[in-house]
Amino acid sequence: MTRREKTRPAQAGITQTQLALRRLRRHKLAISSLWVLGFLYLVALFADFIAPYGFDDERRDLSYCPPMRLHFFDEAGTFHIRPFVYQYSYTFDEYFNRVYVQDRSVRFPVKAFVQGTEHRLMGFIPMKMRLLGVDEPARVYLLGADYRGRDLLSRIIYGSRVSLSIGFVGVAVSFTVGMLVGGISGFFGGRTDNVLMRMCEMVMMIPGFYLMLALRAAFPPGLSSVEVYLMIVLIMSFIGWAGLARVIRGMVLSIREKEFVTAARASGEGSLRIIIRHVLPNTLSYVIVAVTLSIPGYILGESALSLIGVGIQEPYASWGNLLTEAMKISAIQFHPWILIPGLLIFIAVMAFNFLGDGLRDAFDPKLAFEGE
Amino acid sequence: MEVLLNVRDLKTYFYSDSKVARAVDGVSFQVGKGRTLGLVGESGCGKSVTALSILRLVPSPPGKIVEGEIIFEGRDLLKIAESEMRSVRGNDIAMVFQEPMTSLNPVFTIGYQIAEAIRLHQRVSRSDAREQTVDLLRKVGIPSPDQRYNEYPHQLSGGMKQRAMIAMGISCHPKLLIADEPTTALDVTIQAQILDLLAELRDEFKMSTLLITHDLGVIAEMTDDVAVMYAGQIMEYATTRTLFANPKHPYTIGLFGSLPKMGEKREHLEAIEGFVPDPAHYPAGCRFHPRCNLMEEKCRQAPIELREIEPDHFVRCWKV
Repeated sequence: MTRREKTRPAQAGITQTQLALRRLRRHKLAISSLWVLGFLYLVALFADFIAPYGFDDERRDLSYCPPMRLHFFDEAGTFHIRPFVYQYSYTFDEYFNRVYVQDRSVRFPVKAFVQGTEHRLMGFIPMKMRLLGVDEPARVYLLGADYRGRDLLSRIIYGSRVSLSIGFVGVAVSFTVGMLVGGISGFFGGRTDNVLMRMCEMVMMIPGFYLMLALRAAFPPGLSSVEVYLMIVLIMSFIGWAGLARVIRGMVLSIREKEFVTAARASGEGSLRIIIRHVLPNTLSYVIVAVTLSIPGYILGESALSLIGVGIQEPYASWGNLLTEAMKISAIQFHPWILIPGLLIFIAVMAFNFLGDGLRDAFDPKLAFEGE
Repeated sequence: MEVLLNVRDLKTYFYSDSKVARAVDGVSFQVGKGRTLGLVGESGCGKSVTALSILRLVPSPPGKIVEGEIIFEGRDLLKIAESEMRSVRGNDIAMVFQEPMTSLNPVFTIGYQIAEAIRLHQRVSRSDAREQTVDLLRKVGIPSPDQRYNEYPHQLSGGMKQRAMIAMGISCHPKLLIADEPTTALDVTIQAQILDLLAELRDEFKMSTLLITHDLGVIAEMTDDVAVMYAGQIMEYATTRTLFANPKHPYTIGLFGSLPKMGEKREHLEAIEGFVPDPAHYPAGCRFHPRCNLMEEKCRQAPIELREIEPDHFVRCWKV
């Protein structure tokens, strides 16, 4: 039996997609990445509920408070089934840096489903309930605080809404443009192709990050947070479509020679309709992989813009602008926990890459798959 | 005979950097209402390009219809606007292709594709289109059409795919069906079934058919008239009955000679010596002369015209 036959569906009724998913399921790294991403996105979706505090809920007396420890044993050594925290207060050391101490006289047990500040779950369900919290005046800052005394965990959770969604929104915009341009370019060929491809090259020729900065400069200052978000999407899509358009064009060049395209023309379909209905769907298995592999680029791009202060603005959080504080070496030296958003960027980016690799292997029919 | 399609002096050339390939070079024929014309010839003689020219589907560039008229129901298809042409394609003239394997889009179910073709030309709802599609699939002899509707091309056998293609072709009740070697990619038993199906549909819908093939057996079985093509030209054009009873052109005779005959014992089949000429460099004079066993000096000098040697029997040879 040849390799080709081996990858054919064994029984009738199994589509290529089902086959690919079956192969994906064997890819351990990709599947664990999928779980990780699923978890991250779930948290982002319910950010308002899961984050213990609001993203701008600040307590100046807890500036750069280190991650708080959850205790199970009190001073007397008694075990408590419900973890608790102590209230933190500070003194100064000889360099006038704050040193936090715990007041071990009063326990503040961590409670579930507490009433916190008002928020709208997923943007439209008004509620006050939050997953975790402690009674005032104590705070539970599991990952510590930033210099304004805001809960880093909450800000990371709120920031994930921006950082994780921008990839999908950006990809949606740039892939729509890229596929259309690539499809038209490859399908019509000739002069159209020439003009469109030279345009792509012009975009690709400029180093991405500088183009991003230049485009940012073209937008007026003082935009609202939604406008900033859309602006970032626009900027990154402007850079991102060109590379895809070139690959799609190459694929379309070969697909348009297929007889079903002639058959579609013979049944009276127009060119644009053929491109969208017949040609582009045949590139989808590539596009799905490319989407997965290019989302990290958007996450990193947003982070880079926000990091240098031209992206998402305070007090709104994104993983990138949370790292702005970590640009000072002294900050990292004394408050290393403010690097944690970087860890999350790393995890999300790696997870997307592993998932993309897994998808590529799964969708590639040329790879004979073992074990069956 | 009432004429449905009248092709006159069609010339389709392909231009490359330095050469001009005259794939179709002055072809004229007529397809009568309800009749079947067979276009027969070797590979590369311009049969398929003729068919594509009728639908204006010759890839351009490099191809171009240089000259000629294609008169379909009184209007010249070469002169109407592309948008108007689109409503002719699939609606008035449909085409069935040679390769059923590649003529269906692999990423959509066959039912979806046929239903889309229907919805393209008729104002019907999705569910009506689906009903019509299932009827069509049943009509072309696909078993359990309800189930097949939702299957992808790769789940169907070659014969089934060709049936699906035919279903798509007849979905809008075209007046003319162009079948470009519809059975070449299929095995013999399936070939017979598909030809029977085509004949049945032709009679049922009173469709005219342009059948392109290199198989003289198919021609004998299916057609009313035949045009024998060679090197971009029609060499002999007659009713099927006349052509089979009384072939005149040396090329036609050669084609018949290369067929195995029932009850005859032979070591080798007869072949026509030589090769089909390169469409960019046709021999001067009669294009068949280098391979012709009746060749004389005159054959090399001037192009030979198609002439009527008896009523409705045209031959491009001065010697007969």
